[in-house]
This record gives sequence, structure tokens and C-alpha cells, in this order.
Amino acid sequence: MEIFVQQLINGLTLGSIYGLIAIGYTMVFGIIGMVNFAHGDVFMLSAFIALIFFLILTTWLGISSIALALLIVLIVAMVLTSLWGWAIERIAYRPLRGSFRLAPLISAIGVSIFLANFVQVAQGARNKPIPPMVQDVIVLFQGASGYNVAISYKQIIIMAVTAVLLTIFWYLVQKTSLGRAQRACEQDRKMASLLGINVDRTISLTFVIGAALASVAGTMYLLYYGVVSFNDGFVPGVKAFTAAVLGGIGSLPGAVLGGLIIGLIETFWSAYFSIEYKDVAAFSILAIVLIFMPSGILGRPEVEKV
Amino acid sequence: MNAPSITTTAPTDAVTRRFDLAAALKDSGKSALITLGLAIPILSYRTEQSGADLFLSQRWGLVAIMCALVFGLRLFLHAFTATKAYRQATPSAHQATEPVHAEPSAFQHVSKFAIPFFLGIALAFPFLIVMIQGGLGESRYWIDLGVLILTYVMLGWGLNIVVGLAGLLDLGYVAFYAVGAYSYALLSTTFGLSFWICLPLAGILAAMWGIILGFPVLRLRGDYLAIVTLAFGEIIRLVLINWVDLTNGGAGISSIPRATFFGIPFTNDEGGFANLFGLEFHTMHRGIFLYYLILGLALLTNFVTMRLRKLPVGRAWEALREDEIACRSLGINTTNTKLTAFALGAMFGGFAGSFFAVRQGFVSPESFNFLESAIILAIVVLGGMGSQIGVAIAAIVLVGGPEILRNLTFLQAVFGAGFDPNEYRLLLFGIGMVAMMVWRPRGLISEREPSVILKERKAISGSLVKEGHG
Repeated sequence: MEIFVQQLINGLTLGSIYGLIAIGYTMVFGIIGMVNFAHGDVFMLSAFIALIFFLILTTWLGISSIALALLIVLIVAMVLTSLWGWAIERIAYRPLRGSFRLAPLISAIGVSIFLANFVQVAQGARNKPIPPMVQDVIVLFQGASGYNVAISYKQIIIMAVTAVLLTIFWYLVQKTSLGRAQRACEQDRKMASLLGINVDRTISLTFVIGAALASVAGTMYLLYYGVVSFNDGFVPGVKAFTAAVLGGIGSLPGAVLGGLIIGLIETFWSAYFSIEYKDVAAFSILAIVLIFMPSGILGRPEVEKV
Repeated sequence: MNAPSITTTAPTDAVTRRFDLAAALKDSGKSALITLGLAIPILSYRTEQSGADLFLSQRWGLVAIMCALVFGLRLFLHAFTATKAYRQATPSAHQATEPVHAEPSAFQHVSKFAIPFFLGIALAFPFLIVMIQGGLGESRYWIDLGVLILTYVMLGWGLNIVVGLAGLLDLGYVAFYAVGAYSYALLSTTFGLSFWICLPLAGILAAMWGIILGFPVLRLRGDYLAIVTLAFGEIIRLVLINWVDLTNGGAGISSIPRATFFGIPFTNDEGGFANLFGLEFHTMHRGIFLYYLILGLALLTNFVTMRLRKLPVGRAWEALREDEIACRSLGINTTNTKLTAFALGAMFGGFAGSFFAVRQGFVSPESFNFLESAIILAIVVLGGMGSQIGVAIAAIVLVGGPEILRNLTFLQAVFGAGFDPNEYRLLLFGIGMVAMMVWRPRGLISEREPSVILKERKAISGSLVKEGHG
């Protein structure tokens, strides 16, 4: 029981991170129908940006307040990662609209390989650890066997930041003109452009929002694990994609829901079955969902247009 | 996805002015600024480790060089496109009156001689190298490089069946390579079977895995299929790492029996290859044998593919690539057609895998990661999907190029002593894949011989073919 509750907390934390990345996949898929394979690497890149700014703030500028440092790092990482997201879309995806159907995916794989190796060349191949930022825990209750169920401040921060950002984001998509333009482009791009929506700009903004949310996930990942390496983008990226597919690709609440489910499955699998096969479990879920339930939990069934 | 053409604004007045320097400078400046933004902080600071702590070192000089480079390139691009637009705007005398007529292209004239030429080079390669280097021992490096390149040529040709001909994007091709390698490693170490028995077995096993994995996923649409094959590739690698009882886990399987000359071992004793043929013993005999082995396997792949393209199933593959819905409407069994492509591609991957195992004498799961799949895919994509000679050239450039660059000492003088082009190899692969999709989505060699000819031979150029969105 105690282990179950503890794993539930850990799983939800991990799931929030996956959910944040999954939104980037699901939005891009919704609007231009491509799997943005490089999104996991954008997430990794943002973790590196956060790492470097954290070092600048703490060692050079001597900011001792962790909360302030974290806030600055979060904002800076969001801005700079958004720029990357924009530039990637502009260079690698926009010229391919109207090209043959696998072209954007192949281009995205190219971007993914480029980003991982760019970071490797620029920052070195070794794992980059940072000193733990927040270490305190709150003991929720003590089990009969003396096992403490605890939630750490880190986990609270991650869940709180995720919840706040999702609310802001939800407002952005549902209530603002940008969100309306985006949903219009999702439904019919040609019609949207005829009605005076700047489609290219809307698509760019989608990538920017996706990258910004990925950078939040990257910062949280760094906060949670305290270590990042250049090939950390691939596996979380695939898992977040699994989350997006499981939740129903194209559906925003689905992405978050899928992220939480994948996070929970992964932690419970590691706790009760085998930690070695946790990635196999995630990849198997991806295959099973795509084969048997391609529209996911909350997604609309896909209609093939001729 | 059809891009609405309304959104792209055609710069009609830009043509009249030849080259607007101010605008070009402004735009180039903007690009340079964006580069600066992208370079902060990932390029401008480098995290170095000392003991348990990280510290930062600054590299603003590098950032400045990058920005200047982008500025210059952008400016050049502006000047280039401006003059090109100007030239196109001035009408030439016989423009638009000429009917679109597909002549046999220059490439086809060249390819008539190029293919026998390349084949001749490939066949004579070991002898040429031995002659140039002046001995068997000295030519070891070059022959090993040749073997490596040919392995990738074969893998590229194998994947070309799946990606290039049938249009199925397979991101987990390395799984079949792994199945082939582990089939040979396990069959030979546990049952003592020889390479020549294991080779077809490995191919059959890989093809079986291709069918097992392919059957449930092949009804998925293009990019879903790609992701699922990626997942399968990773699952197979993770199982190979974690199933220690069978595969010895991450430590891999070592002391795999070496290749023999159809049963005659390459040893320095009675009954060895050298002794039997009256040659002086040399370890490179095996190397040269391996070279011809992989050349034979690669040519077999090529031959089978070329023949299959003329059969109904091959035509169905290419039709499927162009438009799946049209295929289904015409009564082609798309599942079977895809499955044969998948299984055949997997079989050649399995052959290549068992060759890999016999050459290395050692297999471990780390040889079969996603990056390997991505490299093979890059070879197929850059070579021009579907073009056999293009794939071969891409393999030579992508695999051989960095190896040759590494040995050019003047590069080390320019970039510093620690310069290793292999570090930048994958970086350039990534850029290359993007650039290819942007500029030449049909690949370096986008012109192909049509598989089926009606009465007369016509060239199909990439610009005349529009791919369907099936």
C-alpha cells in the first residue's frame, strides 16, 4: 500500500513531464499532420539550455535563492527553446509543405540527428550532473512497516508548474484569437487561409508553443533527475509520442492524460515487474495502441480523404 | 498535405529590380541575429567537468564566426537568387513554344558506361589496392574500408526495397540486421553450424521476423508505420540487452567462428587455404575473401531487386508507393504486397547481419541501435529513393568519406590537432537529410529507368512525377 502510494506520486510526476512533451507532438500533428520526430531532441536541448543558465546564475551571478534562479531559468529556457522551435520549422519543415508525404518525417529525423550530435559536439558526450537544487521532502504518512511515503518539494514544483502552464495554455487555445486560428487551420487549412488567417504564422506559433512547453519539461527533467546527456532526447521523446498516441493524437487533454498514464505505467512496471524492461513496456504500448486503437482514448477516428 | 498556394506571396516586383542590397543586408543581418540567439547558450558556453562540479568556459569567438558565416551565406544566397530571377524574367526566344519532350537524359547515357565501370572497379579493388600499396599487409586498411562500405551498400539496397520501391518508411531496419547477426552467432556457437548453412537460415529467420512484425503494422499509414517499426527495433535491441541467458546481454557474444573458404579454413597449417592453393600464408587472405563475399551478397541483392522490379510484385510495389488508394481500387492486395517487400528487405538485412557477425567475430546489442537504422535510411534517402546506383554512391560518400577525411593531415592543421571528422559525421548526416528533403526530395539521382516500357523508352524525370498522398 505504501509502495503503491509512493509509486503513484512518482508516476504522476514523471507523467507530467511526458504530458508536457506530448502536447508538442499532438499539436503539430493536429495542424500539419506530421510526426515531429525532433521534438524529443528539442526537449533535450532545452534541458541543456536550462543547465547552462542555472550554472551562470548560481556560479557567476551568485544568485542564492533557488526559487528565483529556477524562475529565471524557466523563462530564459522557454524563450530560447521557442527560438529553436521556430527556426527548425522555418528551415526544415516549411519548405516541405506540398512535398511527398514522407518528406517531413525524414526531414524531422534529420533534425533529430542534427540536434543530438550538435549538442554532443558543442557540449561533450559525458553526462552533465548539477548539484541537487531542492532536496527537502514532506513525509505524508508512515506505513506499518516503517516505510515513509514522501512527496518531495521537487515533485510538488513539477506538478504545480505543469498544472499552471497547462491552464495558461488551455486558455490560450480555447479563448484567444490565436487559439481559434490554430483550431481553424487544424480543420481546414485552405479555408482558413481564404478567411484571412495567416496559416504559415499560425503553424510557426504552434511550433513555438510546443517548444516552449518542451522547454518547461526539459527544465523540470533537469530539476528532477539532476543530470542530462546529449542522447536523453530519444527515449523520453518516443515515450511522449506514445502518450500523445495513447491519448488520441490531435487531442490536447488526451496528450496530458496519455502522459500521466504512461508515467504511471512506467513507474509501476519498474516497481512491480522489472526495471530492465520498462522501456520495452513503453514501446510495446506504442505498438499495441497504434495497431489496435489508432485513434487513442480521446481522439477522433481518422477519416481518409481521397 | 496540399499547401495552399495562396499563402505564399509571389515577389513579382522583386524581379524588376535586379538586386536590392539594402533589403538583402537587412535580411542577412536578421539571420545572423537569429543565429546568435540560437547559439546562446549552447554554443557560447561549454560545460566542463572538474571533479564533481561543472564549470563553464566561454567561446564567443566561435559564435562570432558562426554568425558571420550565416550572414555571408545569406547575402550570397540573395545575390544568387536575384540574378537567377532576373535571368528567368528575361524571356528566351524558344521558351514555352517547345513541347515537353522527355529525351533520354544525360544521366542515362552516363549510366550505360558508369555501371560496368563501377562494377569493374569493385571487382578489381583488392588487386588494385595491393598493387598500389605494394603488399597485402599494407592494404589491410583499404580492404577493410571496402568491406565496410559494401556492407552499407548492401544494407542500403536491402532497405531500398522497403523504402525506395514500396514506399514504406522503416525506421527499425537494424532489427533485422541484428536478427541475422545473432542468428549466425547463436547457431554457430551452440550448434557448430558453418557459415554457409547459417547464411540462408539467418535470411529466413530475418524474413520471418519481418513477416511477424510486419503483419500487424502494415495497414498503418506512413508515419505511424515508421514509428512502430522504430519501436520494434528498439524492443529487439532491449531484449537482446536484457535476455542475458540467451544473448549474454550487453557483453555480447564473442569467439564466433570465422569464415572459411567453403569449408577450408584460413589457417597457417596443413589443409589451410594458403597451403592448399600453394600460396604463402597471410592473414589478409581472409580479408580479401570477405571482400568478395560481401560484394557477392550485395550484387545478389541488387540483382534480385532489379529482377523483382520487372515482376508484377515489383510493379505493385512502385504503384503502391505512388498511390496506395489507387492500388487498392485496382484490386492489388496491399497487405501482401507490402509484406513481401518487408520480408524481402528483412531477408537481405539478415544476410548482411550474418556477414557482419562472421566478419567481426563478435556481436553486441550496441551495434544495432537506432542510429544505425538512421544511417542506413540516410544512405537510401540521399541516394535517391529507389535508385540502385544512387544508394551505392551515397554509401561510398557517407561511410567512406569521413574515413578518408580523417586521414587528411592538412585538415588537422586547419582545425587543430584533435580534429576528428567522425565526430561531425552524424551532424552532417542530419543536415544532409534535411537539405535533401528541401532541395531534392527525390534524391541525388532522381531520374530512373522506368520499370515497364510501353513501346519506346522515355526518361522519367523527378519533376514529371508527382507522388500521391495515399
